Amino acid sequence: MPERSALRGLPRLLLLGLLGLLVLMPYIWMTAASLKPLDEIFRASLSLVPERFHAVENYGKVFAKIPVWRYLWNGVVVCGGILFFQLLFAVPAGYALAKLRFPGSGLAFGAVMLGLLVPYHVPALPLYVGFSQLGLLNSYTALIAPSTISVFAIFLFRQFFRSLPDDLIHAARMDGISEAEIVWRIVLPNAWPAATAFAIFSVVAHWNDLFWPLIVVNGTQYATPALGVLYFRSDEAGDDFGALMAAAVLMTAPLVLAFLIAQRRFIEGIATTGLKG
Amino acid sequence: MQGIAVDRLGKRFGATPVLRDVSLRVAAGEFLALVGPSGCGKSTLLRSIAGIEHPDSGRIQIGGRDVTGLRPSQRDVAMVFQSYALYPQLTVEENIAVPLAMRRLNAAQRLPLVGGWMPGARAARDSITRDVRQAASSLGLGALLGRRPGQLSGGQRQRVALARAIVRRPAAFLMDEPLSNLDASLRVQTRREIVAIHRAAGVATVYVTHDQSEALTMADRVAVMQAGEILQVASPAEIYADPQDLRVATFIGSPRINTLPAEADAEGVLRVAGQAVGLRVEGSGPMTLAVRPEDLQPGDAGLPAVIETVEFLGDSLLMHLHHPATGTPLVLRLAPEERESLPASGEIGLRFPLDRALVFDARGQRVALRSLLPEAALVR
Amino acid sequence: MSASLAAPLPRRGTGEALAGWMLTAPAAIAYGLMLLLPTLATIALAFTDYELGAPAFAWIGLENFGELLSDRGFAIALRNTILYVGIVAPLSVLGGLGLALLIESGTRGRSFFRAVFFLPVVSLPVAMAAAWQYLLHPTIGPLNAALRGIGIDGPAWLSSSDTVLISLAAIGIWENMGFNLVLFLAGLTAIPRELYAAAEVDGAAGGWERFRLVTWPLLGPTTLFVVTITMTRAVRVFDSVAVLTQGGPNKASQVLLYAMYEEGFTYFRLGYSAAITLVFLAIVLALVWLQTKVLEKRVHYA
Repeated sequence: MPERSALRGLPRLLLLGLLGLLVLMPYIWMTAASLKPLDEIFRASLSLVPERFHAVENYGKVFAKIPVWRYLWNGVVVCGGILFFQLLFAVPAGYALAKLRFPGSGLAFGAVMLGLLVPYHVPALPLYVGFSQLGLLNSYTALIAPSTISVFAIFLFRQFFRSLPDDLIHAARMDGISEAEIVWRIVLPNAWPAATAFAIFSVVAHWNDLFWPLIVVNGTQYATPALGVLYFRSDEAGDDFGALMAAAVLMTAPLVLAFLIAQRRFIEGIATTGLKG
Repeated sequence: MQGIAVDRLGKRFGATPVLRDVSLRVAAGEFLALVGPSGCGKSTLLRSIAGIEHPDSGRIQIGGRDVTGLRPSQRDVAMVFQSYALYPQLTVEENIAVPLAMRRLNAAQRLPLVGGWMPGARAARDSITRDVRQAASSLGLGALLGRRPGQLSGGQRQRVALARAIVRRPAAFLMDEPLSNLDASLRVQTRREIVAIHRAAGVATVYVTHDQSEALTMADRVAVMQAGEILQVASPAEIYADPQDLRVATFIGSPRINTLPAEADAEGVLRVAGQAVGLRVEGSGPMTLAVRPEDLQPGDAGLPAVIETVEFLGDSLLMHLHHPATGTPLVLRLAPEERESLPASGEIGLRFPLDRALVFDARGQRVALRSLLPEAALVR
Repeated sequence: MSASLAAPLPRRGTGEALAGWMLTAPAAIAYGLMLLLPTLATIALAFTDYELGAPAFAWIGLENFGELLSDRGFAIALRNTILYVGIVAPLSVLGGLGLALLIESGTRGRSFFRAVFFLPVVSLPVAMAAAWQYLLHPTIGPLNAALRGIGIDGPAWLSSSDTVLISLAAIGIWENMGFNLVLFLAGLTAIPRELYAAAEVDGAAGGWERFRLVTWPLLGPTTLFVVTITMTRAVRVFDSVAVLTQGGPNKASQVLLYAMYEEGFTYFRLGYSAAITLVFLAIVLALVWLQTKVLEKRVHYA
């Protein structure tokens, strides 16, 4: 029996392996090209292994031409800033909508549901005008501020806190703990599972976003990794595919590495939070 | 043979054995209850008979046919699942029709839309509708045929699952705790209906339950299972009165049977904490004396016991006591009017009809009583 | 909720209300400033001729929308977007479903393959677009090199107006399939095992029978969700267009969001751009409406 089932599973593994290889093609060729000298790339051979190892030159060129660390740092600051404010605003609001009765809570929840319907591209034009009037274009503020409010996060935390037993909060009130302290001491420590899932969702979304940074940022100082690749492609490396692929590898690597390390959490964070929303 | 024959079935999940060479015979038309605590392997055994689980060793015959390597669909069995496993997208009528459609219609006739136009489809579909309606009305589902499972109560769903099982005449009915999701009053009512369905169909039935009262009330024979083994198969009365294994004795019966540590000397005279109880047994060494709560009678003499609490159950009383020398808890079932004649606390004596005593050796196997000593020996 | 508590009722109530307001206030302010007001402003903007840097603007009613109707570029963008969604959504949904069934059908390598197919979801789209540009390059790209190997002269995938949309759609499928796969896997694990057992006992012997009787109907809610979310994601196609084609050649890959971006931030015709945004919003809302009002009833069997 066991030998037979192992053999029966073989076509599945072969098919999956083949399809997996197909999906990985861009990564494979991107990495291979980033190790090759330009003339080898232009020969368009189908060999993945470089004849002459040109990694140092390609990657060196990227580091010499563009502020790689600057871009990555900007990505960290922007994603971190966005996440910080999203949680700061959404956790208390989610708790209030889930567990407190107050006039206007119905309206507030309606606003959340309405907000879920609006893609973030819709308010972009007036936001751009606003930041431009305030002289805030090309700044962390312009990159971070529009994303500080996430109705999705409020919705997610509301759903999460609703599953928290009411008695936990009743007991805290009976013990004489104030409402603010309840949020800080009881609700927040219980919010971790939802918070990590949302954090992964948020960081992936904003690290990868091109639309908004492209609108409000000009020049390298506040450019995010996505913009960095775009700039490098149009300015420095029109046809220097070796260096361009090296830049692509460098900017893709942080998130991909994080994903490979915490695969399960990532998939839960992105896909299953998506499912709940 | 007709019915079901299971021979030396073995299965392991990793290193844990769930079935240890289990053998079982269910005669044609017999209702056998498979009872045991959760995790004892009873569901695995049932699912192995159905063909859903694949045992590592052993053989299974159904209706005189060796079905060991066959798929569930080829075994000619019908099963009622604990969760009912109704198809949520299908109506009651369509749910009951599934086993018939799968057998009476070929692949082309089953096709949506065009299937009805295939040759022979009309006649086959008519026969299916007829049988479905008949099965449904026999279970009082006639008015619900157009509903979906999501619109039914738990009891109604349970009936649909039963109807799906009886709609065709299988060689065996397999039921996996079919009543455990119903509330108590419905459960008692449905018990009788399942027994009636079984009588009418006359098909070998294996009924898995963890509830001993279901097993005792419904079955022709009861198989008690524990830790992957069948300990005893016998009629309900025999299982209760004449258990061959201490584990059977303690599993069956509520409240639990009283067990006292005892010792048999070289002549087989049985003593509890040094006190002869009036029994002689085959063999010697440490024993367990077991007596049903209703067989113990309170009085002034006999086994000493200290009264702890008395519970009033309406039709009877439960008196909780302990045996002072060993600390063993004891329980007594009495008629309510017996209360007046008993003290509320303190020490009393307990007697029992000696022929109702069950004695088990150190391995938990029943030992025979050699001769009954005069009852006077019980009194010091 | 607080009725059973010992504390005096009125005080509890006002205290709770105060706490509720205070806890929602930061979110409410941010919501107003960053979402509500700008969205309303976009709607208002669509009825003006506002251009960035212009000294004044006027209300022009539906003139922007009138212009959209006669704007050939917009018509192409709309057509391309619909075409793109029409290719990407079905193929990435079916692909995700097929992969999920394939992964679920065995035990070996489950999480490995799940990770492999999910990788595009977490990869920087701009960088991956650059990788695709190399892969699809007409002369030095490995794809055409491989095609030459078997005697086919591959097209200029991204720079020919015949193939550019197909190429972008292929990239879109590649980006979305892993996401759909994971959603389908979650949906598959939620199907009770007993239903498959029941189907087998009922006589559904083949894989196709079990799929038709159990998997497909029980996956209904998941499929509906995956279809709508894939469509809304596909309608938002922007990154690959912005990086690879800028809508070209000759508008052959122009899509709604890129048209909106160009009008607004290249030509600074904000009023007109806002009108495009509203069309985009209307499509997204229509998809949500389709999901909740029309299709939801058909996949929930209560």
